[in-house]
Amino acid sequence: MNVPASYVIALSGVLFTLGVLGVLIRRNAIVIFMSIELMLNSANLALVGFARSMGPAAEALRGQVFVFFVIAVAAAEVAVGLALIVAIFRSKESIDIDLVNSLRG
Amino acid sequence: MLLEDLLSILPLVIVAGWATILVIIDLFIPKERKGITAALAALGLVAAAVAAILQFGQSKTLFGGMLLLDGFASFLQILFLGAGLLAIAQAFDYLRRREIERGEYYTLLMFSISGMMLMSMAGDLIVIFIALELLSIPLYILSGFARPQPVSEEAALKYFILGAFASGFMVYGIALIFGTTATTSLAGILNAFAASPGVPALAMVGGALVLVGLGFKVAAVPFHMWTPDVYVGAPTSVTAFMSVGAKAGGFAALLRMLIAAFPDAAAAWGPVTMWIAALTMTWGNVAAIAQSNIKRMLAYSSIAHAGYIFMALPSAAVAGVAPEAVRGALFYLMAYAITNLGAWGVVLAMEKAEGAGLEIDDYAGLGKRRPIMALAMALFMLSFTGVPPTVGFIGKFYLFRAAIDANLIWLALVGVITSLISAYYYLRVVVVMYMRPGEPETQNEPLLNSTVWLAAIGTFVFGVLPSPLLALAHMAELIRL
Repeated sequence: MNVPASYVIALSGVLFTLGVLGVLIRRNAIVIFMSIELMLNSANLALVGFARSMGPAAEALRGQVFVFFVIAVAAAEVAVGLALIVAIFRSKESIDIDLVNSLRG
Repeated sequence: MLLEDLLSILPLVIVAGWATILVIIDLFIPKERKGITAALAALGLVAAAVAAILQFGQSKTLFGGMLLLDGFASFLQILFLGAGLLAIAQAFDYLRRREIERGEYYTLLMFSISGMMLMSMAGDLIVIFIALELLSIPLYILSGFARPQPVSEEAALKYFILGAFASGFMVYGIALIFGTTATTSLAGILNAFAASPGVPALAMVGGALVLVGLGFKVAAVPFHMWTPDVYVGAPTSVTAFMSVGAKAGGFAALLRMLIAAFPDAAAAWGPVTMWIAALTMTWGNVAAIAQSNIKRMLAYSSIAHAGYIFMALPSAAVAGVAPEAVRGALFYLMAYAITNLGAWGVVLAMEKAEGAGLEIDDYAGLGKRRPIMALAMALFMLSFTGVPPTVGFIGKFYLFRAAIDANLIWLALVGVITSLISAYYYLRVVVVMYMRPGEPETQNEPLLNSTVWLAAIGTFVFGVLPSPLLALAHMAELIRL
């Protein structure tokens, strides 16, 4: 049984849109952060889907290797992002980004 | 083969390697002597700058097309390393004054510089992404360096969320481009587009998403919302470096990617970048008028200048004008770096320990109290406006000329008119400094002063004698893929 590549790409598109909407609509810093991760992972899914549809060509490996890089970078972002959120929580006792507004604009 | 490639990226290896070693060395340096870390970091940057200057003029493909060493990369590397050195000199006393002196500051700065240098050499979309993150993540941390001050934390969180959001767009865009062209290397993309009758729609969408991601980094309208808040909230020494480095890094990727890999899609990105340029110039300059805080004013000014540099892209979309547009953009980036670091140096000297002294009105009387510093600030403001004899004038001249050669006369007109508008808020600083009475308190720190003098001399000398810098920009050509 083989799932067609177009299904995988469509799913990744849906996940990406959900991620974008999550960042725009949700107010909790952690949930926004999760939505960003969803965007990155939807891109990973698209990369793997495309790479699989290309068959055993050497170029297809680039997509799969890129996924590992994205995962590694996302992990680095998590480290920094969670540290920032913890620092904000310590001073404000809340991570609602609407309360983080001492700078106007 | 591998050794040869490694030698070709020696400046990058020095910066990244030395930063890694410095993280460990820093652990053994006592708290009150962090000046040693700063000096060691500066030493590494000087060594890398020497290597980068020696490499200038080389043009070759490295690591199977992943990295490209050409005049363009060398030019930008020299810019990044020079800006990094000035940034260390400006940060040293400032961090002490604000009581946020920690050794990590300098190593994070170096990691960010290594990301920018990688960006200037990127020959593959994967490298562009990694370089973008390598330059951004240290900047997120640096923006929050004054924690637990709420403004600094807030700036860091805003910058982080919007930066990560933008890189999400970018990765998805790269995935779509990979899906249509079956490659991520810039040379491969160029060949794939040349072979197919038209550029596939999915690749266009992918390119647009990458443009969004990079537009965030260079603070182009409509992706500029984070800029004023982050620039105001971050420690001033970080803002100074960020406004130069992150912008130049973003433009390095934009210029290389659009001109070298996407010339077949120029009919699509030409008009888009044209509108972004016009909007960015207009909005940045108009919004800056209403600002009373100097950091906020300079933040909007940095948006406006991103718009001027953006003009190079629609100009480069016209066949034949591309080399001239790249030269113009590189020259302007250098001019902006010199002027901007100088202006932020003056802001650093005016800022008091608790963060006061940042209103434009606080500059009243500076002309009497610190005549040389006021003169330097006046020179920077003239250079921002684009008045001769300053380097900013020469930079704008070449950018506008490239636009006119590309038959984008209305865009050049928008540039001229918005420059006139900008005179209003830039010259207001000069008026306040000289015409209003006041007793401003300023810091008199030799290291900081010397960066301001150096920038002032650069702004003036390259404004009168631009030929050495122009010759350098002439040698900074993009490698042919």
